[in-house]
Amino acid sequence: MRRKAQATGVDMRLGPRPGEIIDRSRGLTFTWDGDTYPAYRGDTITSALAAAGVRVMSRSFKYHRPRGVMTTSYLDPGCLVQVGDEPNVRASHRMVEPGMSARPQNAWPSLRYDVKSANGALAPFLSAGFYYKTFMRPKRLWPAYERVLRGFSPGGAVSPEAAHDYYDKRYAHPDVVVAGGGPAGMAAAVAAAAAGAAVMLVEGEPELGGHLRWGAAPELAALGDLRRAVAATGGIEVLTDSVVTGRYDGNWVAVVQRSAPGVVERLIKARAGVLVAAPGLIERPYVFSGNDIPGVMLSTGARRLINLWAVKPGERAVVLTANSSGDAAVCDLADAGVDVLKIVDARSGEDVVRAKGGRTLRAVECADGTTVECDLLVTAVGWTAPTSLLNMAGDRPVYNERAARFFPGGGHDDVLATGGIAGDGSLEQLIDHGSAVGRAAARRAHEVSATTEIPSLPVEAHPALFKARTHGFVDFSEDVSSKELEEAVAEGYDSIELAKRYTTATMGPAQGKLESVNAVAVVAAATGATIAATGTTVWRPPYSPVTLGALAGRSFEPVRYSPMQPWHEAHGAKPLVAGQWIRPDHYGDPAAEVRSVRSGVGLIDVTPLGKFDLRGPDVPKLLNQLYINKWSKLALGSVRYGVMCAEDGVVLDDGVTGRLGDDHYLMTATSSGAETVWEWIESWLQTEHPEWRVHVARVTSDFASINIAGPRARDLLSLVVDDVALGPEEFPYMRVRSGSIAGIDGSFMWRIGFTGELSYEIHVPASYGLGVWETLLERGADLGVKPFGVEAQRILRLEKGHLIVGQDTDGLTRAYGAGLDWAVKLDKEDFAGKPELGWQEGRDDFLRLVGLRPLEGTAVPAEGSQIVEAGIIVGRITSSRMSPTLGRSICMGFVAPHLAEPGSAISIVAPDGSRVPAVVTPQLAQVDPKGERLHG
Amino acid sequence: MILIPCPHCGERNVSEFQYVGEALTRPNPDGVDPEQWRSYLYLRSNPAGPTVESWFHRAGCRRYLKVERDTVTNEVTSVTLPGRGGPQP
Ligand SMILES: [Zn+2]
Repeated sequence: MRRKAQATGVDMRLGPRPGEIIDRSRGLTFTWDGDTYPAYRGDTITSALAAAGVRVMSRSFKYHRPRGVMTTSYLDPGCLVQVGDEPNVRASHRMVEPGMSARPQNAWPSLRYDVKSANGALAPFLSAGFYYKTFMRPKRLWPAYERVLRGFSPGGAVSPEAAHDYYDKRYAHPDVVVAGGGPAGMAAAVAAAAAGAAVMLVEGEPELGGHLRWGAAPELAALGDLRRAVAATGGIEVLTDSVVTGRYDGNWVAVVQRSAPGVVERLIKARAGVLVAAPGLIERPYVFSGNDIPGVMLSTGARRLINLWAVKPGERAVVLTANSSGDAAVCDLADAGVDVLKIVDARSGEDVVRAKGGRTLRAVECADGTTVECDLLVTAVGWTAPTSLLNMAGDRPVYNERAARFFPGGGHDDVLATGGIAGDGSLEQLIDHGSAVGRAAARRAHEVSATTEIPSLPVEAHPALFKARTHGFVDFSEDVSSKELEEAVAEGYDSIELAKRYTTATMGPAQGKLESVNAVAVVAAATGATIAATGTTVWRPPYSPVTLGALAGRSFEPVRYSPMQPWHEAHGAKPLVAGQWIRPDHYGDPAAEVRSVRSGVGLIDVTPLGKFDLRGPDVPKLLNQLYINKWSKLALGSVRYGVMCAEDGVVLDDGVTGRLGDDHYLMTATSSGAETVWEWIESWLQTEHPEWRVHVARVTSDFASINIAGPRARDLLSLVVDDVALGPEEFPYMRVRSGSIAGIDGSFMWRIGFTGELSYEIHVPASYGLGVWETLLERGADLGVKPFGVEAQRILRLEKGHLIVGQDTDGLTRAYGAGLDWAVKLDKEDFAGKPELGWQEGRDDFLRLVGLRPLEGTAVPAEGSQIVEAGIIVGRITSSRMSPTLGRSICMGFVAPHLAEPGSAISIVAPDGSRVPAVVTPQLAQVDPKGERLHG
Repeated sequence: MILIPCPHCGERNVSEFQYVGEALTRPNPDGVDPEQWRSYLYLRSNPAGPTVESWFHRAGCRRYLKVERDTVTNEVTSVTLPGRGGPQP
């Protein structure tokens, strides 16, 4: 069945080819720029378009020149397209799918009539350093420049409505990772696995085989043998359509697997014993005038098009050849029915001068003075060795003049090279080399000391061909010409690293793999230096672009819930993400929750509170070291509030610690500070005072914690506690008791008051948390008990003037600045931060935390608002809320020392620029400053 | 990613550890002057070459370790207990 595209009326599809990868029994259609095109399963977007005679695949990024297929591989610089809501899809790599909608990028209003290409017509090339020269001055025009530059920026459109996709991560520990599944890579994998190694074989294309796939009968026969050997050898994990993007310290290897089932991409982090780099060689484009016109193609590109996808690349061709790949292209073209009009053999000094045409190639002018009318120019001028993975292991490639390409410097035990980057030779020699490298890799991975001999591959002579006598594009994706590079050198950017950055050559999506060596050669010619002296690009990770999705992937951060979470969810709690914890922010109306605590009784789930069980005779020494206040005389059954500072005197955390037994204490830390405090405790015990006899156990999740707060808190607690006397004399403020709560033994409770109300914090074994919570609500129904969330708690504590570390303090707040003067005990022998606090005590040049009352009671200045005086910032708001208890707004904030006195008038600048006048309150607490409710 | 051979847990990814910093001796807080104390808090020698550091095996045995490492090659030459590096959160 012939399948001619309606949109073009052209059919370039050939009859069946022996190595073709399309499935002619599975036809499909997709759309390109709104028109429907036929394709076969196995086609890439560009192979299907080329089969329909489409030549222009994109407009270039800077000059908006028409571009077509050149490499027909992942690197194809003119073939980045938009597929659905996915931008920058490599159209010469991405397989078509039924119904796929692909669109060109960088073209407006259309690929055919692009307005911006006028730039190119008026000025054939923009000058070197175009951006720096054009868009720098005057500075006031930056907003306008920014709009212009944004219009010139490459890439498609990211849709904010894009559907959520799933990306995954995996860890692997293979003995040997082989990067590259060509003949040498396959041979290396088979040999390593046969020697007992666990092998991961990674190939960027959808199938193993490398250049054998688009070869002739002998190559296809060898391909079949090698694939069968890979399949028959146990211990090889084959990852196709996957790429090794980086090699890091300790042979930590990153692999992006695009073919993982069920996910868009999977990032594999592999700790490899030995990494075998077998990326093959990348064919290098030739620099000459018109080298980007659609119809100018690399020999590998043309051969892939013919042999993998059975597409005729043109009708009448000129071939510039300097090697066997070009010669093979001549055979393939003839075999495909292309009229090869002229063969320009660079080995005998022949050359091309320029290509002519607009949206497609029309003629080629040769150095012998002839001009040949044709629609296809195939070039085969040499190779680039992608030594990236070796560079990442510290290798510095060496330029070989005879072969006109770079070779690995060598000398690594855990990174080996095979295949084209290691040398030339027959297919048999490459396979033998791969096998030897595979065996050596297996030995080294297993740390067998015996060394194996790795044969060296021959190095064949190749003409040094980089640029014809005309100027052309060096970097196709960034639209940088050889003329610009020469200008850059003339302007003084005469080192390759400078010239690259100035012109942006090699900075585009191909990341130097096509254009790097040509850029070096052009700069070398312009400076009169050799290529070896000019240097090479040191390729850094990633080898290939990595999507943000693959990097972000699936997060392995734990999410923590309290045992009461099912109740919260069932009762409409609005979730709040607090570090790893998900907590109820409120149950609908935080102000009502505040009022029910102040007038009756409320319950809050405080399970995320950090809890540490401390045991041993030296716990008081530890507490004295950690807290700025005194701890030696904490009586049995007592609880004390404490503040910790770091060694720089900055407030680190706060919490309460109670003494449960002679040598047994329970410490709490803030939910967000719990991890830090745990490490802080361990660091003192392990590094400074290993002689102290203290055992620390984190028990945060061992207990479910509930704060019962409000004037009726005692009434409620008494309904579930029988064996502890709760009267104000028997169980006063700041005391701890153990006992049974709602029938659950091993619970304890302490009387503290973050909210400013009579309150008990109860801790019950975690597995009973939900039951105790429900029991309290059930039995307390007559008392009007209501749950409250984090938001209500924040309001309650702000009314009471209790600070939150990290909210009302920052990375510069030392204890005296946070109003904690009363807690600092400088007469202690030692404690964390003591010297700094000693020095701070003698100064007065630091901001103070104060309570603030806006004069206009309805104004709630946003947290973070600045406090200003005569145009100078003299403080900021740290906490602000509308107080349901007072019926007006309340704040805490930092002010300069001269404004810290009660009654000082200050001016807050709200985010909208309006001023909110406020006055400093007598103390931090604005509700019940005397603490009568707390002690009730 | 470098590997740190923990005396308790064996070779582990460095991502399991928290870098504490150069191993320093905490000055006696009595009689220390601001310059001595703040050089202890903030000044690091940052050598290109061998250095002695404190690392915390956070996702492992939770021990502070004294690690001798070459900052140029990332080679770890010795790991001992305890890392007396001065506590740092
Ligand atoms: Zn460990």
